[in-house]
Amino acid sequence: MAWFRKEKTPLRADDRRDLPSDVFDKCEGCGEILYRDKLAQNLRVCPKCGYHFRVPVAVYLEIFSDPGTFQELDREVRSADPLNFVDLKPYRARLNAAQKKTGRGDAVVTGVATLEGIPISLGVMDFAFIGGSMGSVVGEKIARLGRRSADDNRPLILVSASGGARMMEGIYSLMQMAKTATMLARLHEAGIPFISVLTDPTTGGVTASFAMLGDVNLAEPGALVGFAGPRVIEETIKQELPEGFQRSEFLLEHGMVDLVVDRRALRETTVRLLRLLLAAAPGDG
Amino acid sequence: MPSTPHLEFERDLVEIQEKIESLLDLAEKKGIDVAIELRELRSKLTRLQEDTFQNLSAIEQVQVARHPRRPYTLDYLVRTFTDWMELHGDRAFRDDAAMVGGWARLEGSPVMVLGHQKGRDMKDNLHRNFGMPHPEGYRKALRLMRMAEKFGRPVITLIDTPGAYPGIGAEKRGQAEAIATNLREMARLQVPTISVVIGEGGSGGALALGVTDRILMLEHSVYSVISPEGCAAILWRSAEYRDQAAAALKLTSRDLLRLGVVDEVIGEPPGGAHSDWKATADALRVALVGHLEDLKGMEAQERRQKRWGKFEALGAWVDGEMAGPGRTGPLKA
Repeated sequence: MAWFRKEKTPLRADDRRDLPSDVFDKCEGCGEILYRDKLAQNLRVCPKCGYHFRVPVAVYLEIFSDPGTFQELDREVRSADPLNFVDLKPYRARLNAAQKKTGRGDAVVTGVATLEGIPISLGVMDFAFIGGSMGSVVGEKIARLGRRSADDNRPLILVSASGGARMMEGIYSLMQMAKTATMLARLHEAGIPFISVLTDPTTGGVTASFAMLGDVNLAEPGALVGFAGPRVIEETIKQELPEGFQRSEFLLEHGMVDLVVDRRALRETTVRLLRLLLAAAPGDG
Repeated sequence: MPSTPHLEFERDLVEIQEKIESLLDLAEKKGIDVAIELRELRSKLTRLQEDTFQNLSAIEQVQVARHPRRPYTLDYLVRTFTDWMELHGDRAFRDDAAMVGGWARLEGSPVMVLGHQKGRDMKDNLHRNFGMPHPEGYRKALRLMRMAEKFGRPVITLIDTPGAYPGIGAEKRGQAEAIATNLREMARLQVPTISVVIGEGGSGGALALGVTDRILMLEHSVYSVISPEGCAAILWRSAEYRDQAAAALKLTSRDLLRLGVVDEVIGEPPGGAHSDWKATADALRVALVGHLEDLKGMEAQERRQKRWGKFEALGAWVDGEMAGPGRTGPLKA
């Protein structure tokens, strides 16, 4: 007896296939359709549910430096492919493809800038470059940046996004963990602040070296942060992982990060922190 | 069929060994003189051992490093050292049996020894978690290193782990933070420090005991950023390519010496460490004593500067015109 009834299928956001993809983005958190321009003005945080889209390096450079003050360092450092590594593709081909795709030499941008007038060293990782993996170049650039921090007495800010070590560089990639941690030993003893900013996703060798060693660890909401990747853990323990496992809020609850900070408040929070940490910061009372 | 656990390429060796044993048995029971046959068999065994173990492929090296009869940390603690006193716990959560540590003497002098501990059988392995520590294991190690610092004693670490444990509890309690903190704090220690890879040097979980003045490796041990199986699964999309991955990763002691990561490779007996625990433990002692003497001859600040310099130079990069595999010193053969 249902011949006269209209089939009811509610119109859902993800059924609308004809969305012009260069004008709109769909929120992965709540499904809301958002104007890309408006979203960008909001630092790509969903105005409805607060979902944080992943953002390119340029956004963090803007957040953590005063306009026009960022000076990039060590732009030309490139991997030497020490093992002549070849899997299904040669590592050199992967590097070339990543360099072409991102316009960068490797997976981190480093430089000096001022932030509300405070001289800082700033490094931002690029997840788009071979999953933000840490090989010799990432390790070397971060180590040099740290030394610059020590020499000029500048606080260090590192924004992490990484799948871990660059396994195509074998043992050298593992040793970058020791290298960056050694640099942080220098900063630690020199009393220079290091603020670690954890973004989605940060796992493996980067988490297990410099990213967890901030005097203050800040994490963006909902970011995946952990030692082992969730798939590895699931395969090891043969169980499904609980909801929210390894997300920023989970890390906060378990005492691994100091604060979960909305991207739109990262700059202000960092500036306040630096003024609390530094003896005489510009603009301090 | 040989009954002792052995690897595929060891089959012939085990057969000769069993012949030797039955010959000895016969000699003892019946009083027959077997000296000539014994000598022949023994020299045949040594030749075959040398032949086999000098020409291992990368994946075979990995198998030897994981050999079920290979000596583990506690086996060295009662052979290389004397007066071993194990100390327990991280003072925060629990005692992690995958990591052991405590005081011992090396040629009479007190040293702090730390190491991953694997289990010999299934029951033992459940207790030892297959040598994969949780964060509390790394925190116990750090506590004991700080004790060594307080009393001015050298720290010696023995590395033998598939990796730090990837599990829910490990993540909750901060596996990444525990490893990271060890890296930084080991860099800062004032006392002489030596690490020795005795079996499997598995990634960050191994490195968390490895930021030391000197890094030594037993001949048939391996040290790698990821297991060949894990690497194959990710890069070749199938664990079946582990042979290729093992070769590509350059994880043998010879590779690591050439790459300037390792300071010395300690030779193993012709049939590998598992064929003669005592000889291996003696060779380890000789190497440790030599390096320790060398390190004790330096001021603490000089030692630390060299340690920092060593790790800060590791890697291989090109900087515009300046090419630089930043090695720590001249290449060793």
